[in-house]
Order: sequence, then structure tokens, then C-alpha cells
Amino acid sequence: MSGPPPPSETGFDTSLYERFPTKGRRPKGELEQLEAIWCAPKGWQWITVINNNYVGVYYVGAAMLFFVLAGVLALLMRTQLALPMQGVLAQETYNQIFTMHGTVMMFLFAVPAVEALGVLLLPQMLGARDLPFPRLSAYAFWAYLIGGLAFFCSLFFGLAPNGGWFMYPPLTSTTYSPGINADFWLLGIGFIEISAIAGAIEIIVGVLKTRAPGMSLDKLPVFAWAMLVFAGMIIIAFPSVILATTLLELERALGWPFFDAARGGDPMLWQHLFWFFGHPEVYIIFLPAAGAMSTIVPAVARTPLVGHWLVVLAFLATGFISFGVWAHHMFTTGLPGVSVGMFSAASMAVSLPAGVQVFSWIATVASGRMTFNAPGLFVLGSLLIFVMGGLTGVMAAMVPFDWQAHDTYFIVAHLHYVLIGGMVFPLFAAIYYWTPMVSARPLSERLGRWTFGLMFVGMHLAFLPMHLTGLMGMPRRVYTYAAGRDWEWPNLISSIGAFVFAAGVLIWLIDMIRNFRPFGASEAGNVYEGGGLEWLPAGLYSTRSIPVVTSLYPLWDQKTLARDVAAGRYFLPGAPTGGRETLVTSPINAEPQYLLHMPVPSGWHVWAAVFTAGFFLLLTVQAYGASVLSGVLAILCVLRWCWFLDHPLPQRTVDVGAGITLPTYASGPSSTGWWAMVVTLVVGGMVLAMSVFSYVFLWSRNPDAWRPPPDMASLAVATVSAAAGGALALLAKRHLARPWLATAMVLSAAALLTLAFGVDLSSWRTTGLEPQASAQGAIVHAILAWQGFFVAVAAIMALYVLMRRLCGYVGPDRPATLELVGLFLAYTAGQGLVGLGVTRLFPAGLA
Amino acid sequence: MRPMPTETPPASESFKGWPPPALDPAGPFAAPLNSLTWGLLAMSAAVLAIVVIALALALFAPRAWRRRLGAERLVWIAGIALPVVVLSALLVWGLSLTHRLSEPPRPGELRIRVTGEMWWWRVAYLEASGAEAFQDANEIHIPVGRPVALELESTDVIHSLWIPRLNGKLDMIPGRRNILRIQADQPGEYGAQCAEFCGGPHALMALVVVAHAPGDFETWKARQAAPAVASPVHAAGKAVFERAGCGACHAIRGTNANGLAGPDLTHVGARRILGAGVLPNNQGTLAGWIGDSQAIKPGNRMPAYPVLTGKELRDVSAYLESLK
Repeated sequence: MSGPPPPSETGFDTSLYERFPTKGRRPKGELEQLEAIWCAPKGWQWITVINNNYVGVYYVGAAMLFFVLAGVLALLMRTQLALPMQGVLAQETYNQIFTMHGTVMMFLFAVPAVEALGVLLLPQMLGARDLPFPRLSAYAFWAYLIGGLAFFCSLFFGLAPNGGWFMYPPLTSTTYSPGINADFWLLGIGFIEISAIAGAIEIIVGVLKTRAPGMSLDKLPVFAWAMLVFAGMIIIAFPSVILATTLLELERALGWPFFDAARGGDPMLWQHLFWFFGHPEVYIIFLPAAGAMSTIVPAVARTPLVGHWLVVLAFLATGFISFGVWAHHMFTTGLPGVSVGMFSAASMAVSLPAGVQVFSWIATVASGRMTFNAPGLFVLGSLLIFVMGGLTGVMAAMVPFDWQAHDTYFIVAHLHYVLIGGMVFPLFAAIYYWTPMVSARPLSERLGRWTFGLMFVGMHLAFLPMHLTGLMGMPRRVYTYAAGRDWEWPNLISSIGAFVFAAGVLIWLIDMIRNFRPFGASEAGNVYEGGGLEWLPAGLYSTRSIPVVTSLYPLWDQKTLARDVAAGRYFLPGAPTGGRETLVTSPINAEPQYLLHMPVPSGWHVWAAVFTAGFFLLLTVQAYGASVLSGVLAILCVLRWCWFLDHPLPQRTVDVGAGITLPTYASGPSSTGWWAMVVTLVVGGMVLAMSVFSYVFLWSRNPDAWRPPPDMASLAVATVSAAAGGALALLAKRHLARPWLATAMVLSAAALLTLAFGVDLSSWRTTGLEPQASAQGAIVHAILAWQGFFVAVAAIMALYVLMRRLCGYVGPDRPATLELVGLFLAYTAGQGLVGLGVTRLFPAGLA
Repeated sequence: MRPMPTETPPASESFKGWPPPALDPAGPFAAPLNSLTWGLLAMSAAVLAIVVIALALALFAPRAWRRRLGAERLVWIAGIALPVVVLSALLVWGLSLTHRLSEPPRPGELRIRVTGEMWWWRVAYLEASGAEAFQDANEIHIPVGRPVALELESTDVIHSLWIPRLNGKLDMIPGRRNILRIQADQPGEYGAQCAEFCGGPHALMALVVVAHAPGDFETWKARQAAPAVASPVHAAGKAVFERAGCGACHAIRGTNANGLAGPDLTHVGARRILGAGVLPNNQGTLAGWIGDSQAIKPGNRMPAYPVLTGKELRDVSAYLESLK
């Protein structure tokens, strides 16, 4: 960049960057120490490992396992539908299989796969040694793997959900789905969403806080931009489906009628909540894949991305607009005309950013020289398929056309074009492109071409005819069809195409078995001559030293970078604290702020994942006692995992290279923990926001049935004690010089929050409002339950602070724990106040 | 799980997939949808052609061409300006059409209440007052040349009524009532299907719309409104019907059978299809259905009657078949 350097964001003197690359030899033993600290796992350590080089590969592997499993389900379906009135699959089996195919592909393959790609690639791309919370991503992985496998196995016992992947009530209510099949979906998927959110928090903090110095936002790799928007969208969208699944499970287990029209509920509430998540979900899946495309296209065309900023703006625009399109899944439900028009317009607008990206890729191909290697072929295939899916998407965004196409095979074709073109092909391009980064051998170009060819041809054979099948009148989700309706030929062709596609995947699997050799001493390296930091020479510690980044494609523009980085001539050439560590930098300009001391492998996060999975799965099979025990054990494991965090090191500052010293401890907005807590609270706030939406929605359906709230006195008491609790919690960290006082403030804050909650709950109970009796009862109790959950967590946190005080771990030298607990408690107070205000003042307060 | 039927049941002409019913409109509500579909297909083909040509040039054109193409200008023109124009035009078309097609029914329009059931259709013809005149099942009879308002409801799960040649689909949602207007310009039969997954045998939930010339419609209506008249030759079959307890679920007006859970059978013999479209309706299929409907449409709500002998099945199906 030309011109004067931008003003410093943190007070760090950026002229210090000029000290790099350093001259002279590095001290003996420095590299050996790094290698010893970041050593490879042995024996059981293969399970407790937290290094993203391992967890990332496991994670991608697990996602691909679910891709293959769900693909096998698709082949079963296509076998059944190849000819009319076949009995290959019984009706109930087919209904379970199509539900599982969609659910597994969306929740156990697509989202985890792109999240896994982030875990694997981001630290390397950003120049970090690891993600900021390596145990959190390992926890997310194990929770996902255990939960996902258990969920999938429900199929073998005939207990798999059978209501379609969007699980519309009342079909999924206990009246029409009495078995535990639907509970498997609600609890299993609800639980896997928690894992996705954990991964998203990790990615947001990682991208914002652990970049190589100098990698300001204008030099942030396009893939990292995509992952940042992706993770932000998960934080906004997933709370909605968590709330939806919780409400439906409450209706099923306790009879609270959120969706039961006979008792004042409304099945449409589910559709709003589900699609507020469900449509952004499509872009959540697409964005990281698009980020990979925008990384691979320049690499295979050997030229920078044309329109880099337009593409980044397109990501952001996609993120925003995608939250305004959810009702386009509901055009046939009889929505009022005004909202139909708005959602139709937004649904068309959301195709604009996609167009920007497509033409940016074409312009990049034109400005460079395309190489037709395996990643290059997948990129081109993806572009064509995705454009076709996008065009049928524009068609379906036209309301009157959607009245014909909705819920037919036309939509099946559309969504597969979008998802296969927008996600699966880019993922395969990414696998071929980045395998040399993690594997000792690249994948085979020859087999890659076969894989591409079969997948590309199979894809069109399978899904192109489905457009027609839909217009010929075939609805989706039918386990069979009668002969003589002219649907035989297109269905047979689709079935053949599915098997051709599967043959391509099979060849890829063979390629993987033959050539994929991760975790070795060396990697194949930069086979495709990419320009990003991930292609720097690296070991398990990531790069030997962390470079100063001055361009978007550092390896192309900084010619001696690889050599200097490997020689330890940049930041952090060794391990100054003697443990695992990475640089934490500022969110905008990536100026070094402090050295983050990172954890070593331990079993606690794995046990926490096992017991969290146990809690949800045991709940599903209605083993309530065992489930609660498992939940308590999960909490204990998490507390044990956190216990040795927030311990200042003996060295308060260290030399991170070239004589630059940085602190080894931080709290407040410069620290990673603060960011993670704030993002977590945004998740809580989104659940609250969607609960308030549900409250108003249910009220609008039955305003006359709404009963008056409890007396004003209880409102006053609850408001005052919640507000006081929140204030105390925020103030506590200022009194750390007197540790007992600070601890007492946190404890009393939690007590006040508990009091406020107790008063709120008991005053509602005296009004005789029963949760089973009406929609108002149900939603008021749901909001109370959500607050109760937060109050319980707040109480556990306060007791945790007390424990730490008893051990002497509370003091002015370590404010982080108290600060984060204070944030959580203050949020809980705020959430309680919003709940009080909404349930008691709306609509009565409007009159 | 029971085995599937070995013989594949023939579909009536109204269920033909060729020409594609969504592209073969038979009335003024479906016709604009057809024009829109062709317009959209043409737009899609044109845009796809632009993308393919641009990509081909980017890959294979001479260097000078490629240099001109490989600039941010391409993104602004083809990725932003062009879509904005095309999408705006489409939006205006789509929204004005939506508005026009969403007009509420006019007073005095014929009203028919169609209730989605698991897994069949309850069809009630309404008087001008809104009172129910009579019930029928799995067929909607309408006069040609005038709009008919279908009041869509459900009492169990969500269904969706789709009669592609007469209009797009609209959902039937518990606790709500949606109005779908249809009109057929020519007498004939038009196939329809449940489009929203409603569990179990959702795949086998069809319906036929029968459009009559106006005079024929009135004749049909008058006959349907009348109670059942059974000839004494079918007394044996009627006795089987009563003995087997069919009346607990089915009503036959003019007899003791007054069940409400299943389809009204007052004029079942006049229907074209059986089991919501799985079979053509005749004495043979009726007998087969009563004997073991679970083998024909697994999961449907009617139990199999293995206790009935062959003669009883023949008698009762002859009786039902006679109820025209």
C-alpha cells in the first residue's frame, strides 16, 4: 500500500515491523524446543489432541463420512423411485430415509464440513499457531461426531425421524408422531447446533484476533472474510432453530401448545422460526465454499482475484439480505400480500451478490491463464452448476411461479443445483487444492479428472430431468408413484445419474485411500502455487515464525517470505514462555497486543463432549435420571477444563522477536476471552429476540385470549432486584484489590438475579396461568424457563468464583474470570428485564 | 410392512404427466402462471447463455479479448447492472401478477370447502349462507366458465392442494382457512395431488376435479344432495355393511350409517377414483379395497377386513357400487 501508514489502532508502533526480517542466526535449540512443545500425539493422545492440524483433519473426515452415509441414503431412494410402485423400501422406511438424507446432509455434512475447513485452514492462512480456543474446537468436534453417529444409528432401529428435514408440526407433534423418532431429531439436532455455535465463536475470535501482524482487514484473505461472515450468520441464525426445537420438544414432552391451533398455538410459528434459520442456512453453507472458490480460482488462474472488494462486499450483502428472505419457503401458506411482495423482492436481491461473485471469477479466469487441473475443473463445474441453480432460484422467488413449483421435484432440482454447485463442488475443489498442505502426497490428477467427470455428468443426469418431473406434477417426498403418469422415464434417468455421481465419489474415496497421508513429517507443499500464508513451510507448530503481512497474496508479492519465515526471522521464532502460544492482534489493523498462552491436550474437553452427548441422547430415550447425571458430569468437566485458565505466567512480558516485548496476560476487549463471551451473549440475545417475536406472534393470533399479567408490585420487586444484580456484577471487577469484597459482590449479584427470577415465576403461578392450557401460558413459561436456565448458569459461575477465591485465584493480577462472569451476569439481568417488560407490559401496557 | 400390490393401478387420463400439467393451463388462474413460467425459462436460458459465453471467452479467447474481459468492469456490467435491470423487470411482472391473482372471491361465487385429511380429501359443498349442503370425497365438481372458491382447511396436519392445470397450490393449515380460486374453461377432468408432506402415505393422496357444463353441474349437484337409494337386490350387501360396522366411520345418507371419520359414501358408486386416487373405482377394486386396503395404500386409516368372506365382499362392493 502506498501513502502514509494508517494511524495505529492500539498504540503499537508499526514502524517496528521494519525490524523484520531479522538478521543473524537463531539460537541453537530454539526450533527443537518448538517441536517438543507442539509434538505429535501418541497413543490415547490421538483422542485428546487439540492441535488444529489434527482436529481439522478429523473434522473434515467426519463431515465427509456423513456425506457418504447420506449419499447412500440418496441411492436407496433413487433405487426405490427408479420405477413406479416398487417395494424396495417400505413407506415408513422411505419416509425415515428422506428425512435423514436432508437432515444429515444439512446438519451433519454441510455446516460441519465448512466449519471443519475453517478449523483446518484458518490458523495457517492467518499466520497463527492454532485457533484461540483449541479445546473448544476439539469439544465441538467430539460432540458432533458422537452425537451425529448416535443420531444416524437411529435409522437402524427404525427410530429415525420421519417428518421431513423441516419437521413441520402438527405432523411432528405427539398426536401424529407418538414415537421418539421426532425427539431424536429435536434433541439430536438441537445438540449439534450447539457444537456449530461453539465452532462459530472460535472462528469469529480467530479471524478477528489471531492474524499475523500487518494483516489488516484489507489484506485479510478472502476465505477468512467468508468464514467471518459465515460464523456471524451462524450466531444470528442458529438461535432461532434452537428456540424452535426447544419449543417443539416442550410441546411434545410437557404439552405446552406453541403450535397446537386447538389451544391457541399456531403451526405457522414453527415455519417462521425454522425458516428464519433455514434460509440463511443455505448461505451459511454457501459462503465458505464461495470463499474457497475465490481463493482457488486465482490460484489456478495464476492471478489475483478481480474485484476482491466487490466479492467481500458481496459476502456482507449476502449475510444481511439472507435474513430477509425466510418466508419465500412459505409463499403457498396464504401469507398476506404485502409481506409476500417484500420477501419476493429480497429473494431476488439476494441473487445479486451471487452474480457479483460469478462474474468476478469469470473475470479472474480471463485475466489469468486457467490450468485445467483437478481443482480447476471442480471450480469451473461449480460455477456452471451454481449459476443454473441460481437461475431456478430466481424463478422460484417469483411468487406465482412458486405456487406451481413449490414442494415439487422442480424445487428438489433447484436446491440440489444450488447446494452441489455452491457447496459440494467447491468443497471437492478445496479438498484437491489443499490436500498437499496436510498430506505427504497430493491427490491423483488422473483420478481427480475421473471423479470430476463422473460427478459432473451424474449431477446433471440426476437433477436436470427433475425440473421437468416437477412441472409434470410430481410432488417431492413421495415414496412411490403410480404407473401411467409419464414420470417413469425422467425418474429412471435421475436414478441412473445418481449412481454415476456416486461412482465419482467412489473414485475420490479410492484416491483418498491411495494418496491421502496426513500427520506425516512432511507435506507435499504448494503444488498449485497458491499465494496465501497457508503455503508457508510449516510443522505441527504451524510456521516457524509469524510473518509481517504486507499484501493480499504474501507468497506472490513477498518473494523471500517463505525462506525468512522458515529461518525464524519474524515474530515468535521460538517459544518465549516455554509453552504453546500465539500472537493476539487487534481486529482491524492486526497490531500485536499480547502473547496468548494456549492449553495443552487434556481429556476434559473430550469427557465434556461425551457427557454432553450423553445428556441429550439419554433425554431422547427418556432415561431422565441418567440424563441428568450425565449433564452434571458434563458441567463438572467443563469447570475442570476452565479451572487452570486465567493463570498469569511468571513472565509478565516476553520478547516476541526483534526485541519487541508483549504482555502475556490480557483482559477486557483486547483479550480473546472477552470477545468469545460477547459473541456467546449475542447468541443468548438472539434466542431472547426470537422468543419475543414468538410471544407477539402468538398474541396476534389470539389477542382476546390473553390474560392480564400479575400485579405491579411483583414487577417492581423483580425489576429492582434484577437491575441491582446486574449493576453489582459489572462493578465487582473494580474491587479486585479486595478479593473477598469482589467475590461477595458476584455472589450477591447472582442471589439478586435468583430472587428476581423467583418473584417473577411465583407471581405468574399465582395468576393460575398454566403452560399446558393456552399459548400465552406456554410462551410465558418458555421465556421464564430460558431466564431460569441463565440464572442457573449464573449461580454456577458465582459458585465457581467463590471456589477460586477459596483457592486464592481471585485478585487484581487476574481480572479476566471476574470480568467475564460479570458480563454474563449483567446480560442475564438485562435478559430478565426484557422478559419482564414483554410478558407483563405487552399488550396491557399499550392500552 | 405389507407387500406392495403386484399390479400397478392405472391412473385416469386426468393424471397424465404429458403434456406437463403445470405448462398446460385449463383456466384463467393457471394461464398467467404458464406464461410466467415460459418467460422465466427464457430469461434463465438467456442468462445461462451469457455466462457460458463469457466463461468460454475467458478460457479460450485470444489474449487481447481476455484482457478486456478480465477487469472489474465485467463484474459491474454483467454481475450488477444486468441483473438489476432483469430482476427489477421480473419483480414488477411477478408482483403485479401476484396481486391480480390474489383477489378475494366475489360475493355469490360458488364455495366449496375442501378439508385435508390423513390421507384423503373431505369435500363439502356450501350454500350461499355458508351452511353445508352435502359432503363428498376425493373429487371436486365444478361448473365450467366461472370461478369457484375453494375454502381450504385441515383438522389434523398440514396438507396442500395442487391442481396444476387450474391454479398453483395452496396449503391447508390447522387453525387457518385459505381460499384457492379455480376455474376451468372446458368440461373435463383435472388431476390434483397433496403437495405438502403429511406423513405415511402422503404419496398416495390424489384428487380429481371434474368440470361440467353448467346444466350438467346442476344435475349432478341435485343427485348428490339426495340421499342414497339402494335397490332391494343389494339388501345382502347393505346388511354386510351394517354388520361389519362400516357405519361407525362412514355416512350413507338415508341409512343408519352416520360415521364422520371417513369419507361420506352416499354416492360412492358415482366416483371415478378410490382411496384418494390409488385405484379406479369399480366393484372389483371396491371389494379389494375393503378386504385389504392396507396392502393397497399402506398406513391408511381404514383397517383391513380379512374376516369378510369372498361372498360378503362381493355383496358389499356391489351395494356400494350401486350408490350412484
